[in-house]
Amino acid sequence: MDATSFVTFLSAALFVIGALGVLLRRSALLIFMSVELMLNAANLAFVTFAHRWGQLDGQVTVFFIMTIAAAEVAVGLALIVTIFRTKRSTSVDELAQLRG
Amino acid sequence: MTMAEWALLVLLGALSLASALGLLLSRNAVYAALFLVLNFSVGAVIYLLFNAPFLAVTQVAVYAGAIMVLFVFVIMLLGAERLAPAENPPGLAYQRPLAIILAVALLAVAAWALLSGAQIEPSPSVAPRPDSSPQAMGMWLFGPYLLPLQVVALLLLAAMVGALVLSRKS
Repeated sequence: MDATSFVTFLSAALFVIGALGVLLRRSALLIFMSVELMLNAANLAFVTFAHRWGQLDGQVTVFFIMTIAAAEVAVGLALIVTIFRTKRSTSVDELAQLRG
Repeated sequence: MTMAEWALLVLLGALSLASALGLLLSRNAVYAALFLVLNFSVGAVIYLLFNAPFLAVTQVAVYAGAIMVLFVFVIMLLGAERLAPAENPPGLAYQRPLAIILAVALLAVAAWALLSGAQIEPSPSVAPRPDSSPQAMGMWLFGPYLLPLQVVALLLLAAMVGALVLSRKS
């Protein structure tokens, strides 16, 4: 097994752990962190393949993914704070209605 | 890769998996956030091993720094660090086993795809090693990727305005 395969498997395992976190955890904050873990697993695969093929496009893509993750976190955490103000909880089970 | 680099890579992989599992199983949101910081930092070292020094620094500054500080700040602002014990919500008793089965299936499919794909594309013995210094990355970002860079800048502005509007006291 070469290093590329090793890190690709690691990336797949991290992605699956992130997906499990999204499915199993009930706190919106923990679900959000698991999504970050999945994004990071994808980044890891991008960097590995960029190294494997000797091209920088993968690294540039990772840079954009990081930027978009930052934007996503800003909006998502603002949403969680707003929801917490009315529901007094971050549990996703409490969110059963569309009205605020 | 030399023997020492391999040993480091295996160690980093184990740390990465352990911290991800810590995030998955932790009962305290602040501990979970710190496990994620560890995971991101380990990822930065792996980036260094794979010829991506600019991304390694960005990973520490943006992910482990800015994003996780925002997470910890919100957790402490809301006082939401204590998490309710994991239990199935009423009427969703099948969810936990189903999620685990689906995760195992996803892992199996990914492993199968990687294993069968590896036979199609043999690894090049000597891959070119491009210049990935911050200067070279800058030439790429402001050269062929100028338009995506502008779009992403606009997106960041929109996200900032959106976060301000959402968290404003009405």
